[in-house]
Amino acid sequence: MSRQIHAFPGGVHPPENKDQSSHNPIALPPLPAELTLPLNQHSGAPAKPVVSVGDKVLKGQLLAKANGFVSAPVHAPTSGTITAIEVCPVPHPSGLEEPCIILQSDGEDRWAELEPVTDYTAAAKDLLLQKIHDAGVVGLGGAGFPAAVKMASRTEDKIHTVVVNGAECEPYITADDRLMRERADKIVGGILILRHLLNPKEIIIGIEDNKPEAVDAMRAACKGKNIEVAVVPTRYPSGDAQRLIYLLTGKEVPNDARSVDIGILCYNVGTLAAVHDAIVEGKPLISRITTLTGEALKQPQNVEALIGTPADHLLEFSGLKKRKLHSLVLGGPMMGHTLERTDMPVLKTTNCLIAATWEEFPPAPTPQECIRCGLCSEACPVSLLPQQLYWHSKAENHDQLNHHNLFDCIECGACAYVCPSAIPLVQYYRASKGEIRQLQAKQQKAEYSKKRFEDRQARLEAEKAAREAKRKANAERAAQLKKEKAAAAANPAAAKPEDSAKADEVKAALARATARKATEGKAGRPQLSAKQKELKIQLSMVKAQLKKSERALADAKGSEETNAQLQTNIDKLKAQVATLEKEFEQAAQAPVAAAPEQPAKKAKPVLNEQQKKLKIESAMARAAVKKAQRALDEAGKSAANIDELKQTLQQAQTKADELEAAMKAAADAPAPEPAADKPVKKPKPALSDAQKKLKIEAAMARAAVKKAQRALDEAGDTPELKQALQQAQEKAAEVEAAMQAAAEAPEPAPAEEKPARKAKPVLSDAQKKLKIEAAMARAAVKKAQRALDEAGDDPELKQALQQAQAKAAELEAAMQAAAEAPAPEPEPTPAPAAEKPARKAKPVLSDEQKKLKIEAAMARAAVKKAQRALDDAGEDAANIDELKQTLQQAQAAADAAAEALDKASA
Amino acid sequence: MEIVLYAVGALLLLALVCGAILGFASERFKVEGDPIVDQINALLPQTQCGQCGHPGCRPYAESIANGEAINRCPPGGQATINALADLLDVEAVPLDDEHGEEKPPMVAYIREDECIGCTKCIQACPVDAILGAAKQMHTVIVSECTGCDLCVEPCPVDCIDMVPLEVTTRNWKWDKPLAPDMIIATDRGGQTA
Amino acid sequence: MALIRQTSPHTRGAETTSRVMQLVMLAALPGLLVTTAMFGWGTFINLIWISLIAVGSEALVARLRKRPVAFYLRDYSALVTAVLLALALPPLAPWWLTLIGTAFAIIVAKHLYGGLGQNPFNPAMVGYVLLLISFPADMVNWLPAAGTPGYETLSFGQSLQAIFPFLGGNLDYDAITMATALDVVRENSSLTWSELQATNAALGGTFAGKGWEWVNIAYLAGGLFLLYRKVFTWHAPVGMLGALIVMSLVFKNGSGSDTHGTVLFHLLSGATMLGAFFIVTDPVSGATSNRGRLIFGAGVGILVYVIRAWGGYPDAVAFAVLLMNMAAPTIDYYTQPRTYGHKKPRKGLAKPEDR
Repeated sequence: MSRQIHAFPGGVHPPENKDQSSHNPIALPPLPAELTLPLNQHSGAPAKPVVSVGDKVLKGQLLAKANGFVSAPVHAPTSGTITAIEVCPVPHPSGLEEPCIILQSDGEDRWAELEPVTDYTAAAKDLLLQKIHDAGVVGLGGAGFPAAVKMASRTEDKIHTVVVNGAECEPYITADDRLMRERADKIVGGILILRHLLNPKEIIIGIEDNKPEAVDAMRAACKGKNIEVAVVPTRYPSGDAQRLIYLLTGKEVPNDARSVDIGILCYNVGTLAAVHDAIVEGKPLISRITTLTGEALKQPQNVEALIGTPADHLLEFSGLKKRKLHSLVLGGPMMGHTLERTDMPVLKTTNCLIAATWEEFPPAPTPQECIRCGLCSEACPVSLLPQQLYWHSKAENHDQLNHHNLFDCIECGACAYVCPSAIPLVQYYRASKGEIRQLQAKQQKAEYSKKRFEDRQARLEAEKAAREAKRKANAERAAQLKKEKAAAAANPAAAKPEDSAKADEVKAALARATARKATEGKAGRPQLSAKQKELKIQLSMVKAQLKKSERALADAKGSEETNAQLQTNIDKLKAQVATLEKEFEQAAQAPVAAAPEQPAKKAKPVLNEQQKKLKIESAMARAAVKKAQRALDEAGKSAANIDELKQTLQQAQTKADELEAAMKAAADAPAPEPAADKPVKKPKPALSDAQKKLKIEAAMARAAVKKAQRALDEAGDTPELKQALQQAQEKAAEVEAAMQAAAEAPEPAPAEEKPARKAKPVLSDAQKKLKIEAAMARAAVKKAQRALDEAGDDPELKQALQQAQAKAAELEAAMQAAAEAPAPEPEPTPAPAAEKPARKAKPVLSDEQKKLKIEAAMARAAVKKAQRALDDAGEDAANIDELKQTLQQAQAAADAAAEALDKASA
Repeated sequence: MEIVLYAVGALLLLALVCGAILGFASERFKVEGDPIVDQINALLPQTQCGQCGHPGCRPYAESIANGEAINRCPPGGQATINALADLLDVEAVPLDDEHGEEKPPMVAYIREDECIGCTKCIQACPVDAILGAAKQMHTVIVSECTGCDLCVEPCPVDCIDMVPLEVTTRNWKWDKPLAPDMIIATDRGGQTA
Repeated sequence: MALIRQTSPHTRGAETTSRVMQLVMLAALPGLLVTTAMFGWGTFINLIWISLIAVGSEALVARLRKRPVAFYLRDYSALVTAVLLALALPPLAPWWLTLIGTAFAIIVAKHLYGGLGQNPFNPAMVGYVLLLISFPADMVNWLPAAGTPGYETLSFGQSLQAIFPFLGGNLDYDAITMATALDVVRENSSLTWSELQATNAALGGTFAGKGWEWVNIAYLAGGLFLLYRKVFTWHAPVGMLGALIVMSLVFKNGSGSDTHGTVLFHLLSGATMLGAFFIVTDPVSGATSNRGRLIFGAGVGILVYVIRAWGGYPDAVAFAVLLMNMAAPTIDYYTQPRTYGHKKPRKGLAKPEDR
């Protein structure tokens, strides 16, 4: 039986040069020390690594899994350690880099446990396909299309013919030749698996007539298996899948379809051997037969190379004559591409490496003009007009290129091979194809962008319309209301029935209010209500301010500075609201305690006056600080009026000084005053108020300092400003110290009588403060770290950081102490008689906590300092690691402190 | 006298017939489909960058239809100019430098550490390619970005860079070889291979 | 270690443009020899003279265009043009005539259009037609073939003197030139074909004109050699000769006094074979696909016959080729081969739906 061979048009007969390597058996090169495994050795999506650096892997173990449908996994070709997953140069015509897994061989070459399928005829087809896919088998002929995907692309019985490609038409390459000669049984094994999977009517192996030994070997292996071995005449490019299909079946694959669409599948012999290994032996694709040839090698031969073996390792093995090496071609001389370096890895698709001398592949001569001789169109296997394509490619006439079917070009190089003018035709076509693809992508993107732009426009329009509608509706409602009011005013009689319900409501509300007043009065707290009222008013004002600020923030999507400022304002106001609310509560509670005692009534107004004074002062200070802040923010932009700023800041500081003094006075004053006056209960609320006030003041001062710092960062290095800042910081510290004093001051006074109930809120406040401070310290540390990443090293900086670390450590210790302190607290409680100690213990504890607080604040300051130093630090990044470590330690300490605090509060 | 009348009559008849044919043809072969503005707009790169001096691509398309120069679109570059010249049957002129120069495809990149979350770039982006919210870090969706650089200017902290689109093995393409006469004229001088 | 980077393919065929041109010149050698044998040294002298002019013009233009002169000369295309022109022109064409024709061919017809590969018209034919239109009298000065009774073949010296009159000698052109067989047949309206064959000096008992038939056979031999060497495909020559055969069969008009000549007469007379194998096959100005070349050749064949039979000039290859050169791009548009995987070949101009 002799099959009719359908000759395809064109084709060329380049010198074969196969004898050099075809006579030696497949050799096994020594294990390379290091393997580079690109994640993308196939067509489709790159594989996804499933190992990490440092992992020990066994031979055949999965390193990267398939990522998507058209993709293939990558396995370890030998046992060893993963030393890196990084971008490396890969054998690609562009010379670009791609992500690779680097595997350091351990020399043991130990296999992972394999799971062969003993009887594939009994196994489910899906399972077999999955197994082939999981083994990473891809088309070894060149394209690297995942083999299982191709098999699964059409349902069963749709494939009537399987063409096995053993043509190997490219000169020099003998990998398939040797494979067929030596491992014909494996190929046939793969074919039988394929037959089991696809059940085709016909299986034809196509081999060029220049490989008679391979033909014999295959014929012998196929005997009695109903597999046809067809010999095709030697003519490049008969090894192209579609050429071979035409040669053997006379069928053409339509230009807008694939071979599976006409029921034909084409597989390279190497692919089928790999399929056999994957199923029968359970081995993934980790090695392939590669031809090493070229005149720069002493011993051209075929080797079974592990995927990822560096080319130079193989060339060395074949006796590379380094002096004579002029160009290294991956693939054949017709379609292969040159490698610029010899350390590139062997891929799954690497069928040949040609180490060529200058004489072998001389540089292309200067191209002459095209004379349209037509030799190229004679040689073209797909009946294109290469001369016209060249013409239009040069003129960038893309319409004409498409019209001349540029995208049907298989880039076989036959035209360029015969071109008498030595024009690099294929490169023209590749460039034009790339250009057209790029333009198409651009066009698509433009379409897409247009749609997005239009959608956005529509959205904005809709939003605008909605806003407009809302505004209109509001206006209408307002007009309606006005009209109604006017009508009601003009005609009260008429309005009455309409508004009767409303009027009733109002009446009811009024009644409720009076009732409440009455009850309050009955409860005998009219005096208290006055204080409450005051507080209430304050609270509502602050709330209003807060709301206003929030609204402003919502509206102002404007500049960042205003944003930040507003935010701080809001935060401040929120804090104020919280305090005021608490105060209010306390005030509400206090009278309950004070109610039975008359003197309380008298004492309070006195205290209130003091408080008021303080309040006014603090408000003024606040205003001044705010002003300074705003000025500082502006200074961020123009550093010209820095002197002015300094002055303002100093003024603010003086204000703060005064405030501090006042606070101290306030703190000191109440102590003796209540001492002089007999009522003991009076000082309590006053004191707590003063403390709170102080606290708020302190928080504000801190905020101001922060603000100033930020402004400073923007303003650049101005020593004066820095000084000012330091002063401000000192002030803040002083304020805090004052606070401490204030906190300590009340201690002796209320010591005896202070109810535990009262003390607790104070405590919880302190704890909160500590917590907040710890959080802030952590944030500061983080910020500093970020700054560190950018900044370089500075000895001062390091010092500062070490200080910060020390502070943090101290803080931690203090926290621990605080955490331990509560432990003895419960001890007294068992003794029920000692009521007082239990109560007393708490204030003492609060002192400890306050100390902690101070320490935390100091730590924070240190961290901030470090941060600033970091900001100032230059670019040199020599000791950055050290700094980072220090910072991390500081952060850890801060974390520990926070934890300790939590414990302490628990 | 008679002959003059004949001549006039014949000419009149001819005019009528020709007129009828032309009228019929104009009705019969009426060109339907995209008005010219849509066709021009389809060729523009839709970056909406405004470098042409118009607030978007469509306005520029409209003004090209009204006779404005076709060489004012730097993002489109020479390819767009050629396509427009082809469509409008005018001469393809080089890009007008006043409106910018042709650059490789760019994409905006936000240095995320520096972003303060002001949303200004989000508002500036004509194709909603920036993701983020107030006080949150913003980021550019690379596949949506047209590289118009309209977001660069509004950023208060200058944390947006325009970087050229990275070339990978996936989007890499071969360069066109030097044309023979170019090699001869420029590279080799009088010395030929 | 940095290795060189270059595009595939890494090997090349042996064929080069210079080699193709050399082969063409080699194939023209038998024709030249026979012409010299039949019509004296004139053509030979002209060939050398024209070659000098052609190379000089080429070098001049290359210099003007600031291109490497040696690189341009090395493709031998100017020499091929010179050879074709020399073979087409009458043997005793005076030096200034050939100077004008050759310089025009190289400078205007070739390089003003962009040089090798860019010229829409065959330069040699453009030069020839320019001379034919401008100096018709000098262009019909063909010598009688050797052996024609009453005429003697000119010696080398005489030929030299005829071409370069300032070298002395005074030849009486009318005495030594005579009408060619094609001219005779065209002008004839009284004698039958057999009478012409028997009596006319130019036809002189031959079937296609004295001397001419041998010259044409020599060209045919050269052409077959080129075909064998695959310098060009058979399509254009077969197209032209086939069309000529068909035309002369159909319009032979019997053997009476108003006959247009036999098929053999047309095939082997005048510049038929030179045209079929050396001019129609010019790839630059011809059609590019095989089918296109067939059509291109057929067009030339038809036009040659039309002009010979009914036109104002005795021979017509130059005109026919130039006319078809103009049609070549159109032919190209409609003769794209069917690409693998496509049902139908693409036709006409690029359409938007090609994408």
